Amino acid sequence: MSAAQSKSFTVLPGFGTSLGYTLVYLSLIVLIPLAAIVAKTLEMDFATFWNTVTSPRLLASYRLSFGASLLAAAINSVFGLLLAWSLVRYSFPGKKIIDALVDLPFALPTAVAGIALTALYAQNGWIGQLLAPFGIQIAFGPAGVLVALVFIGLPFVVRTVQPILEDIDTELEEAAVSLGANRWQTFWKVVFPILTPALLTGFALAFARAVGEYGSVIFIAGNIPMISEITPLMIITKLEQYDIAGATAIAVVMLVFSFVLLLAINGLQVWTARRTGRSL
Amino acid sequence: MLPLPLSRFLVVFTLCTSAFAAVAQDILLNASYDVSRELYKDINPAFTASQGGNVRVSQSHGAASKQVLAVSNGLPADVVTLNQAPDIDALVARGLVKSTWRSEFPHQASPYTTTTVFLVRKGNPKHIQDWSDLARADVKVIMPNPKLSGSGRYAYLAAWGYGLEQYGGAGVRGFMEKLLGNVPVFDGGGRSATTTFTQRGMGDVLVTFENEAILIANELGLKDFDCVYPSLSVDASAPVAVVHKVAERHGYSKLAKAYMDFLFSKEGQALIAKHHFRPRDTEVLAANSAKFPPIKTFRVEEKIGAWPSVLTTHFADGGVFDQITESRP
Repeated sequence: MSAAQSKSFTVLPGFGTSLGYTLVYLSLIVLIPLAAIVAKTLEMDFATFWNTVTSPRLLASYRLSFGASLLAAAINSVFGLLLAWSLVRYSFPGKKIIDALVDLPFALPTAVAGIALTALYAQNGWIGQLLAPFGIQIAFGPAGVLVALVFIGLPFVVRTVQPILEDIDTELEEAAVSLGANRWQTFWKVVFPILTPALLTGFALAFARAVGEYGSVIFIAGNIPMISEITPLMIITKLEQYDIAGATAIAVVMLVFSFVLLLAINGLQVWTARRTGRSL
Repeated sequence: MLPLPLSRFLVVFTLCTSAFAAVAQDILLNASYDVSRELYKDINPAFTASQGGNVRVSQSHGAASKQVLAVSNGLPADVVTLNQAPDIDALVARGLVKSTWRSEFPHQASPYTTTTVFLVRKGNPKHIQDWSDLARADVKVIMPNPKLSGSGRYAYLAAWGYGLEQYGGAGVRGFMEKLLGNVPVFDGGGRSATTTFTQRGMGDVLVTFENEAILIANELGLKDFDCVYPSLSVDASAPVAVVHKVAERHGYSKLAKAYMDFLFSKEGQALIAKHHFRPRDTEVLAANSAKFPPIKTFRVEEKIGAWPSVLTTHFADGGVFDQITESRP
């Protein structure tokens, strides 16, 4: 009778239908394409697979891709939070326009973003020529990769933090102040814990997007082996040699890496939510 | 058995974008590489006119190897017009193109050729005259990634051929190490290398196809650059072929051949010259001699080796290009 029992606990109707729909949809859109990638990789034997995905050049590209993506997501978490804070807490002329500007990196074709950023940061660009006298070169190196990834990741943090920030009752802060908390304590002990799960989500989204990013990075990276080659470029290089199994092998490694990292971030989210006494 | 290759998903997208208009009129699909876009914009209407207006040619452009993958995976192209013979051989391996494609049309089925030359900043401040100057310590060289672009591949092979001639089999590698060590950016394609050199001010010399160099030096309104012809370069013939499997299915075998023949006609050759590719027709070439100064070229097959072995030796993962660039200082 367990089926009947569990049924009686469900208040909302349509559980079976919606779960079935979820599974079918997820399979069609996500799981089957991913399975195809894994299936193609299985054409290789393990030794070939291992040699392919652990070549020194690829290892260097993992370091750059994952390192720059994590760093870019971290930078975006700090400055995205500041941006969201300004947009929610203050009113100023042109706020609506700034709010809309945040979404531009979403809408812009990534190649356009890459070309624009390269034009800005190249040694003869507006920003690049200011930095050149100090011997700082952004475009055509790992720093350029970081700049591109910060650009494309920004909206993810702002858009996840913003609604939560809007929902926070100012009474909470007033209560904290009336109980003797100073401004820093009010932010750090009251507001920040509420924002943490959203901030982590934003971080995870910005990171995931950055790892897979190709279009914008490719123009600004310089693509020098061992120094500024990103992992997606290595996949394209394999495809260029008609080595589809090799390309999917790298894709599988990226997927596993990303999945583990995202899982860890989700875990962190659950932990922080529980610590602050909220359930997700 | 469900493991569909990933590429098959891509085909669906390609199909949507390129072959959507299948109406009553005869429509030939030409799958071509990136840089030929402007050329075929002129060729196709001229071909339509020569056929009395009953035929239309639609184009699909992309990086050559992506096009080969697309055609292998079902892009219904009746003809392919690419920039490297091995790309068409890859279609032969899939049974889409006849293995005799080279003998179906003149000049090994290539209606035009081009070569790899240098573009330098106005007045040639670094006095770059030949490949040996590209290995100098004070010169920065911009060329596309040979693993990703045909233009980069030919640039690399042209330098290799020169190195063989100057320094022999023993010295060529040292020469290439110096030259490739001077490259600060490996762009993904010929056009982006052009942008890096002309717009971003990177490098002292751009190594690129002659057609691209003439286009930049004469047409883009960029008068700040000069073309320099090295003492020796590579012959980069652009091969064309009928995709028999597809053309027969569409009933377009004759039409496809007529289209290919048109490329070799006086009219087609003149359009080719207009777009800065070296025509095969001697009269058309003579009429454009100011644009195409004589240059000594070699064929990759004759100087360096058969294409398949050149590709694996130099450009496969772990090949000579990787060895040199991975260990550069």
